[in-house]
Amino acid sequence: MTLEDLNELAEKELERQKNFKNRLLYCSAAGCVSCGSNATRDAFKKSLKEKGLDKEVEVLGTGCMGLCGEGPLVKVGSDDTLYQRVDENAAARIVDEHLLNANKVAENLINPDDPFFASQMKIVLENCGKINAESIEEYIAAGGYQALAKALTEMSQDEVIDEVRKSGLRGRGGAGYPTGLKWGIVRKAKGDQKYVICNADEGDPGAFMDRSVLEGDPHRILEGMALAGYAVGASQGYIYVRAEYPMAIERLKLAIKHAERLGLLGNRIFESQFNFRIDLRIGAGAFVCGEETALIRSIEGRRGRPRPRPPYPSEKGLFGAPTLLNNVETYANIAPIINRGSAWFASIGTPKSTGTKVFALAGKIKNTGLIEVPMGIPLRKIIFDIGGGTPEGTEFKAAQTGGPSGGCIPNDHLDIPVDYESLATVGSIMGSGGMIVMDSESRMVDVAKYFMEFCADESCGKCVPCRVGTKHIYLLLDKISNGKATQDDIALLEELCVMVKETSLCGLGQSAPNPVLSTLRFFRHEYEELLKPALHFEQSEKSR
Amino acid sequence: MSRVESKSTHPSGDNRFKLLDRAITKHNATGNALIEVLHAAQGIFGYLENDLLIYIAHKLKLPLSRVYGVATFYHFFRLKPNGKHAFVLCTGTACYVKGAGAIQQKLEHHCNVKFGETTPDKNISLISARCVGSCGLAPVAVLDNAVVGKLTPETALQRVKQWEEKSEEVPS
Repeated sequence: MTLEDLNELAEKELERQKNFKNRLLYCSAAGCVSCGSNATRDAFKKSLKEKGLDKEVEVLGTGCMGLCGEGPLVKVGSDDTLYQRVDENAAARIVDEHLLNANKVAENLINPDDPFFASQMKIVLENCGKINAESIEEYIAAGGYQALAKALTEMSQDEVIDEVRKSGLRGRGGAGYPTGLKWGIVRKAKGDQKYVICNADEGDPGAFMDRSVLEGDPHRILEGMALAGYAVGASQGYIYVRAEYPMAIERLKLAIKHAERLGLLGNRIFESQFNFRIDLRIGAGAFVCGEETALIRSIEGRRGRPRPRPPYPSEKGLFGAPTLLNNVETYANIAPIINRGSAWFASIGTPKSTGTKVFALAGKIKNTGLIEVPMGIPLRKIIFDIGGGTPEGTEFKAAQTGGPSGGCIPNDHLDIPVDYESLATVGSIMGSGGMIVMDSESRMVDVAKYFMEFCADESCGKCVPCRVGTKHIYLLLDKISNGKATQDDIALLEELCVMVKETSLCGLGQSAPNPVLSTLRFFRHEYEELLKPALHFEQSEKSR
Repeated sequence: MSRVESKSTHPSGDNRFKLLDRAITKHNATGNALIEVLHAAQGIFGYLENDLLIYIAHKLKLPLSRVYGVATFYHFFRLKPNGKHAFVLCTGTACYVKGAGAIQQKLEHHCNVKFGETTPDKNISLISARCVGSCGLAPVAVLDNAVVGKLTPETALQRVKQWEEKSEEVPS
């Protein structure tokens, strides 16, 4: 495979697409499949055949189109007319009216000027919902593997790292460590064998960004990892993906097979000296495996228990070798940065948090689904413009970001810009991108209790503060929510939270108290309302 | 080596062990592949019983303690068989906010078992999942491998009742 071969493949694919008068894309991501998009596909195929259009219209399954709450979603024609809730009847109508008579079906039409779409900016998700996720040719036709070709033929390893560093890209897994810096450390680390790992163990409940990228544009991840492998000098990559995402696993397997067949993974890629292979490792349901040292242990076939750092994985990681570990979304940003340059990427977002961020909007909000916005956008805009606010008759109360490690942001702070530093000032974190909206019905003590139950259950048990502390925080919260606690219990709760935060071994324990601390900070009255009145000494004597 | 493999691999003569052996060979029978092998074993046998863990430990030349330790560490591995039908309720944040708790209570009350258990007639297993990643459709459950969204306690109960009726139709 050379660059000429790649361009030829792209042209051939574009030529093939031109043979069809129309393309009909249906969302085949998990959300829409569970709304019945396979039945919709069959209805389209049947209807097209009946009308004799099956040679003119290509029906394709794509990745997530974003508006998951209104599925199944379908895109038709060259102007990408988007339809929602397309069931079998609607499918027949779209064929009759839109494809045969060029009249749009008003009932199911989604307005493209809707703020849900207008306020977004797509880099990571640019191919999601546009190309067939199971076809490498379509990815190549959309400009895929150009960045890898460019890096391998024109750029040195240091130039690739430099480009990533200048782009200002920061780790999208949540902590926001500068990606270029990490790559530089792994590059400099001594060792004949180095590894590149993609963390696709999206464990935060309420987050499905990585899943959508893996299902909708798997080659983007492979290309990003190959670029990383070239830059740091690794020849082997692993993708650690959750067992709960069977469709993502299938698509990744297929993508790896296709890339190997075309020589885009394997030996002497683009006729350079660079060899790179990618293997899948399937997780088995442990939240703590999102932590890097635990994840590495899990790939080694052990219990996923973290170890103290340093040494960091960039020096001593998988099988003791220097290891580069990044999140799915981070890798998805690499190819665009190499293609369009670091200056372009750095111009998006804020000076300290560049680029875009994908969020999974869910909870008590009108438009649930997957969105991508430039960094620095006010939170209010995400929730009220893009998300459409809370459903009729309820009032917005808080937005929860960062899952069990994050915090709740109340109405008063909704104007803060969404970037790593600003979210930290209100006691939350960027996290991997889950955003759950809560309305007046949600009791904040119960929300904190829910997260603490999760953390206590997911604690691996290695260090005492996390193993015992999370359990006792949970018991205190339970006591409070059952109305049996006193003011002293709140003081104890706060003390315990600080202790667990400061003394736990890994990120799970260190951030587990965040939901409690942030709800205590902004919704303390809800805790205090649940306290039982303090008894005076005489009263308590009498009651004996 | 090949002579040994062509014979029956397990004294019980159970052919499923051949499939398992193939998966083990694919991963070069190294201890690093323990989790992959356990995945394969659960896929073939449905759950990981003690004998199976002993067999895997032997094949991968690992202490049984490590195999057992890994199998019990991860939520995904089951040491007991599931019922005929599995109701996997998502307990992720979005589902929680949208009322998965009420569904849980209703089903536990109806089936008279807790989540994580199977009904005594081995017909229905109630399982809770961390997050199945279909948050846009919360509350979500996976019913016998099909994702069903926007559930209410009533529609969830209806589904379970359908399973119960089916099992009554076919007396075992």
